[in-house]
Amino acid sequence: MTVHIAIVGGGTGGTVLANKLAERLGPEIERGDVRVTLLNDGPDHVYKPVWLYVPFGQREPDDGRRPLEELVDDAVDLRIDRVTDLDTDAHQLQTRDGGPMEYDYLVLATGSTLEPERIPGLADGAHDYYSESGATALREELLSFTEGRIVLSVVGTPHMCPAAPLEFVFMVDDWFRERGLREDVEITYTYPIQRVHGNANIGEWARPIMDERGIEVETFFNAESVDPDAETITSMEGTTLEYDLLVGIPPHSSIDLIEEAGLGEDWVDVDKHTLEAEAADDVYALGDTAETGVPNAGSVAHYQAGVVGQRLANEVRGRPATATYDGKTLCFIETGMDSASFVEFDYENPPSPAPPSEKLHWSKLAYNEAYWLTARGLL
Amino acid sequence: MTDTDIAYDDTVDARGSACPGPLMDLIGEMRDADSGTVVRLLSDNDQSLTDVREWVEEAGNELLGVDEDDDYHTFYVEKA
Ligand SMILES: Cc1cc2nc3c(=O)[nH]c(=O)nc-3n(C[C@H](O)[C@H](O)[C@H](O)COP(=O)(O)OP(=O)(O)OC[C@H]3O[C@@H](n4cnc5c(N)ncnc54)[C@H](O)[C@@H]3O)c2cc1C
Repeated sequence: MTVHIAIVGGGTGGTVLANKLAERLGPEIERGDVRVTLLNDGPDHVYKPVWLYVPFGQREPDDGRRPLEELVDDAVDLRIDRVTDLDTDAHQLQTRDGGPMEYDYLVLATGSTLEPERIPGLADGAHDYYSESGATALREELLSFTEGRIVLSVVGTPHMCPAAPLEFVFMVDDWFRERGLREDVEITYTYPIQRVHGNANIGEWARPIMDERGIEVETFFNAESVDPDAETITSMEGTTLEYDLLVGIPPHSSIDLIEEAGLGEDWVDVDKHTLEAEAADDVYALGDTAETGVPNAGSVAHYQAGVVGQRLANEVRGRPATATYDGKTLCFIETGMDSASFVEFDYENPPSPAPPSEKLHWSKLAYNEAYWLTARGLL
Repeated sequence: MTDTDIAYDDTVDARGSACPGPLMDLIGEMRDADSGTVVRLLSDNDQSLTDVREWVEEAGNELLGVDEDDDYHTFYVEKA
């Protein structure tokens, strides 16, 4: 009998996992004892961190795309198809083009979906850099922006890369300074809770830098609506801000079939150490779509893929699965156009941001290049 | 403040969720609630004792009561 492992989602987590399984279970796959299928709804692997640099004209969206075929080990059966339904009792998936598919083990790595339409006016009134099309459209606006008020509003949490909104305002500030335009540009940052970041340590570190650099801050600001004609954004707390350029971090959600399959409200409820789904047997979730309480970050998806890879290899071989995820998160935080900080933390140890330096900025850029080795499972 | 007899319309169970998860879950629920709706929030995060109070006041809603138990806290919030 062949054991079939199906991975849904060929982003960071799913691709790293597929390659790790190909490596760990190479002999079993060769003998036909194990089959690994990676399903993704498009032919390309998309590396989203590149989008942060697109609005500044520093990177092209294509720099963040590579065909999955080039990245995924030949031992993996790559299927370009969208999963549309899931029955965990029957161990069966439905796909858009290829019909039903049975699995013995399932891994959900379907990432985050943007839902700007949840806030009236947001889709029309705001730009973003959380999608390829958003980053490209924002570039058109930003490159020709010379005066006025830029508002960056974090509308939905959790969102991908919790540091990216801070990075964007730090970069915008520095970018206009370098070009001698900062005096003509106001920058306002809004955040839903009482500080500028979900994590208290990062919030306490970032706030004085924002104050020093004249980045205005509105906390307890939960966007309720945007009026694209009047160019205003209004919060549930009753504050209205005027803008000339609005950059919104839209609400995120998971894909519908997760809730429909009873795996959790929106995100998949998992044991935060084993990454096994709470509500179904033989199902794992990793990356953005797994509700672990750690940030939605590529580094998290990468580490979690290592854990799930090891657990699945053991399970297939009839050995106890012992690998666990300890909450490890690693993140570079750009603090300008040529300086960055760095944080590393886990479930037990809180982050402590490193002093910003040019070296850390170059480390971030180097990591972005080396990422393609990560996706292949080599780093 | 303790009053377990407060009637509520909806419950947000944010137990197990790390800060600021419980507050964000409450805000998410209040976003779509009609005026007068009472939401009950369950949180085992002590930070909620300060940040829920602060937000409720900031947003002009009303905190009808808080039960502080050993295992978790219960907040009753009415949408303005
Ligand atoms: C602007 C920006 C900057 C960022 N910067 C950083 C950074 O510096 N560091 C960092 O660690 N992280 C960063 N991130 C976050 C990081 O990109 C994500 O957290 C990471 O991609 C999550 O990996 P994942 O595997 O969970 O999901 P993804 O990489 O999003 O992959 C999910 C895949 O699943 C596919 N899919 C979804 N539904 C289906 C379906 N039904 N059927 C088939 N396929 C499906 C999608 O098409 C996609 O290919 C950033 C994100 C953004 C937007």
